[in-house]
Amino acid sequence: MEVDKVLAGDSFFTTRLNDVIGWSRKFSIFTYPFVTACCGMEYMSVSCSHYDIDRFGAGLPRFSPRQADLLMVVGTISQKLAPVLVRIYEQMTNPKWVVAFGVCTCTGGFYDDYATVQGIDTIIPVDVYIPGCPPRPETVLDGLMKLQTKIQKEKQAV
Amino acid sequence: MEQNEIIRSIREKISNDVLGYHSYRGDDTIIVRRESIFKIMKILKEEFHFEMLIDICAVDFFGQQPRFEVVYHLNSLSQKMRLRVKVPVDDGEEVESIVPLWQIADWLERETWDMMGIKFANHPDLRRLLMYEGFVGHALRKDYPINRRQPIIKPKHEYR
Repeated sequence: MEVDKVLAGDSFFTTRLNDVIGWSRKFSIFTYPFVTACCGMEYMSVSCSHYDIDRFGAGLPRFSPRQADLLMVVGTISQKLAPVLVRIYEQMTNPKWVVAFGVCTCTGGFYDDYATVQGIDTIIPVDVYIPGCPPRPETVLDGLMKLQTKIQKEKQAV
Repeated sequence: MEQNEIIRSIREKISNDVLGYHSYRGDDTIIVRRESIFKIMKILKEEFHFEMLIDICAVDFFGQQPRFEVVYHLNSLSQKMRLRVKVPVDDGEEVESIVPLWQIADWLERETWDMMGIKFANHPDLRRLLMYEGFVGHALRKDYPINRRQPIIKPKHEYR
């Protein structure tokens, strides 16, 4: 690969390229907030200055799935909305990650009924689950850090 | 049984179609025959000046005959008066659509069809409103299993 040669030539650096890419990816997460319900308030709280998600490099929401790395599914997903969410996920470019934000997206929560998707992992793959109804901003930041750890450890596709 | 002025005059007009009535605490209610609902609603709109259709809903009296009751809520802005019209319907029977009288009845009747499975004859486009196409059964019926899982719809490629 070209980057390989430019950065390192034949030195030790090649073995660490995976880490460098992971490091840069984990601190430049562009989120796509798919906000459908009350958890959105906590998302706003996390985004704003008190909790400041920008400290973790995830402060820039992109409102087009084509420009985003991280799909944050925030709030209850109804059966009628399910195909829309899947379409959004399919529109995102690789590499991409998904966070299930709040208990409704994790398992359906207390909406154990005919109208609600019982966990978004039944329709799209999920990387990190953040439980809570709604989750505290600290929980969200904890989830985000777990995602960063996961991104760092991944085999980076380039 | 209590009855006030408006119910008395409605009964004089359409006595054959009224199955029952009451005005308990200002809730003016008439119960009418299913076959003549369109005619009655037309009379109520044009002659009794109930210009506004507030809501259409249905009640499931599971185990009784007839099983359902479709409930229409009317409002008269000019007379400052409300009226409730109930229609007993059994499972599988159709009620005449009142979309020609009130446009809003379109979505209200679709919702009633979606949730309760009551068909409205001559409705222009009787599709589900709240649930998706492919949903099996009607969710607010008393015999709908509380834990039933429906197939999750796959995204269609032609979906716009």
